[in-house]
Parts: sequence; structure tokens; C-alpha cells
Amino acid sequence: METGAGRVARVSTDITLPDRLGGWGVRWGINRMHYTVAAGLYAVGRPGSHSPVLVSANYKLTFDQLRRELAGRDVWLLVLETFGINVWCAAGKGTFGTLELINRINRTGLARRVAHRTLIVPQLSAPGIAAHEVRKATGFRVHYGPIRAVDLPEFLDRGMAVTPAMRRARFNLGDRLVLIPVELVQAWKPSLIVCLIILLVSALTVRDAKLASLLWTGLLPVLVYFGGLVMGSVVTPILLPWIPGRAFSLKGAQVGLLGAVLAALVMGSTWKGVDLLAVFLMAPAVTAYFALNFTGCTTFTSLSGVEKEMRIALPIIILVFVAGFLTWTVGIPV
Amino acid sequence: MSLRYLKDVVTLQLDEKKCSGCGMCTQVCVHGVFAVNEGVAHLVDRDACMECGACARNCPVDAVSVRSGVGCAYAVWRGWFRRKKQGGDVSPACS
Repeated sequence: METGAGRVARVSTDITLPDRLGGWGVRWGINRMHYTVAAGLYAVGRPGSHSPVLVSANYKLTFDQLRRELAGRDVWLLVLETFGINVWCAAGKGTFGTLELINRINRTGLARRVAHRTLIVPQLSAPGIAAHEVRKATGFRVHYGPIRAVDLPEFLDRGMAVTPAMRRARFNLGDRLVLIPVELVQAWKPSLIVCLIILLVSALTVRDAKLASLLWTGLLPVLVYFGGLVMGSVVTPILLPWIPGRAFSLKGAQVGLLGAVLAALVMGSTWKGVDLLAVFLMAPAVTAYFALNFTGCTTFTSLSGVEKEMRIALPIIILVFVAGFLTWTVGIPV
Repeated sequence: MSLRYLKDVVTLQLDEKKCSGCGMCTQVCVHGVFAVNEGVAHLVDRDACMECGACARNCPVDAVSVRSGVGCAYAVWRGWFRRKKQGGDVSPACS
């Protein structure tokens, strides 16, 4: 559309099938690091010099969730160059930052297009944006809007008032579920390497040179590993608030123990003492590891907390797993 | 049910003497760590802090300090190795 200060692209508020497919794809890790829109100024509807300006990131999943909530409105969208990263993570890295916002305001000539001097900036970008510095440099006042785009209609209708609930980070079952696929996809490659190592070490302990006995020795640890992967990256995140304790490794270990109990019940008398001991050591260790790994997906773990937990839990996890693995491959020295 | 992480670990500090009571920290914090009472901010739920750094970045009088970073095991892991390589104190971040 034509404005007083040059042309601006208008964006639709409709989410089409390709948008949905693309969004589903990135949740599974497909094209996830290249799912972007061009940074710059966009128009939704027919905004004028008094229309609100919303600032966002150039991750297309973010951009789509934002424009979907703006149906029937006339607003400006100022999209920052965050290299396809969402608002919160980009703010943490500093790409959704004070400097980029100031530069983007200047490069798009925003001051000539709008008469007011207020920017609605997502609250989750605050780790990267110093509101007082933006004001000093550009004259624009940063007004931190709601965390979630779904709250934008209510926020705009109430005269840009934010309710306390809009300010608080959540981590509902749905919020956790959408993160699980990428966790599994990313675990795939390192898991192949781990399984190769397991098979290799198993080969060293096999007494005869038959492929069958190698596979048999390696089979149980590999199965326990994948069981632990599912329990740590799927079951633990789903049950997260209901598992006792605060440390993720402890939560995971409990789920792993439960998994081992269930497996032992299914196997019945097929598993002897050595098998049971090996499984009861390895399963909680692997599950604890993947549960610990989920800290990066959450909305409430701190750097200091994760560092502390890793210092204590990682050595224990490794020791317990190795003990279980050796119990199975070498056997218990009697 | 609750989603709360470890107690007594965060590096968040608030200097109430410097505080001007503007309330920016209460606006940017996603975990309700701050509250402004009688013109001064207070830490009302320090253990809920996730060290994102939003409060410190947006405090116009530098009353808040925190060693900010991501609470992500993978990032911490990589940070340990990077620190060794560069010999400095590098805050872990995603990728």
C-alpha cells in the first residue's frame, strides 16, 4: 500500500494450508532454522498515522501466530531481523535487541509514518530490549504488551491494558506437547552414535566371535537406551508438574525406575538377577539424562540452577549407567 | 502441582536503595518475582527467577543485577567446553 513515506507490503491475517504445513514441519525440525520472513515494516488492514505499531521477530511461525490474531484490525507490524529465531530466544541472544530495534525504526522511516511515539513490544523480548535506551535514541516509548499473541485482541480492545495473567509465563500440557517432536528429532543422530558405541563395547566382551551373540549382548542396553529416551523426552515432559521433586534428573530417574518396574513385570521370570540389576541401573540413568536435557525447553529453569544440577547429577548418571552396562556385559564378579 | 525449579541458586540481586520505583521490573518479569510497595521494588519470589535478565536490562537506575543466561543443559554443556577453549567466562546461549 502507498503511505506518505513510500510503499509498504500488506499482509493477510488468514492462515493458509501451506502456512499450517510449514508450521507443522518446523515442529518436527523440518526447515526449522530457515523458516523466515523478511524484516521490515508491514501493514495489516489499512493502518494510518494513529494506528498501533506491533514489534515482532522474523521467525515465520511467530509471524503467522501474530497476524492470525489481528484479523479485522488496522495495525503496523515492525518485524526485526532475528534470523528466524522466536522472540524470547532471540532476545536472550541479543538479536531481538535494543540496537536492532533502533536501526529498524530508522531504516523503515517509522517516525514519518506514524504521528504517535508508542511501540507495542512483546514482553518476552525484554531480556534484549532496554526500553529507556530505545526512547533516548528514537523518541519511541516501549510499551510491553502481553506474552502470548492470543491475548493481543483483548489487550488492544482494552486500550492496551495488560492483565496480570497476560504477564505470566505458563508451561501447560499443550505448551509442553508441541516441544516434544523436535526433542526426538534432535536426539536421533547422537543416539545412533551411542548405540554404535554400545555395540562396539559389547563386541569386546563377547566370548565367542559370533555375530548373534554380539547382537544379543548389545540388544538389551540399546533397548533400554531407547526406552529411556522415550521416558525422558516424552513421558517426563508430559507428567512434569505431577512428578515429585524439583530437579529434572530426579524427576526423570523416578519415571525411569517406574519404566524398569513395568518392563520387569512384563518380562517376568525371563529376567534373572543380572538382567534386573542392569535394567534397574541403566533405565533411570538414561531417563534422568534426557529429562535434564528438557530443561532448555522449559519456561522456568535458571542458568545457575541447571549448572548446579548438572554438576551433581551428570557424574552420577554416567557412573550408574556404566555400572549397569558393565553388569550386563561383563557380569557380576562373584 | 507446580512448576518450580531449585531453591536458593539464582544470582538475582536488587539494591532497594537505588530503586526509583518505576515498576519496569514488575512489567517485564514473567514469574512475578518483583512487586512495588510504597515506591520501592521488592523481591517477593526470588526463587521463581529464571535469570532471563529482562529486569536488569530494563532497570533505568541499575538497581537490579543478575548473571543472565539460558537454563538449558545443552547450552551449559557447550558453555563448559567453550570456556576452556577461550579461557574466559562465557555465558551459555542457544546455538
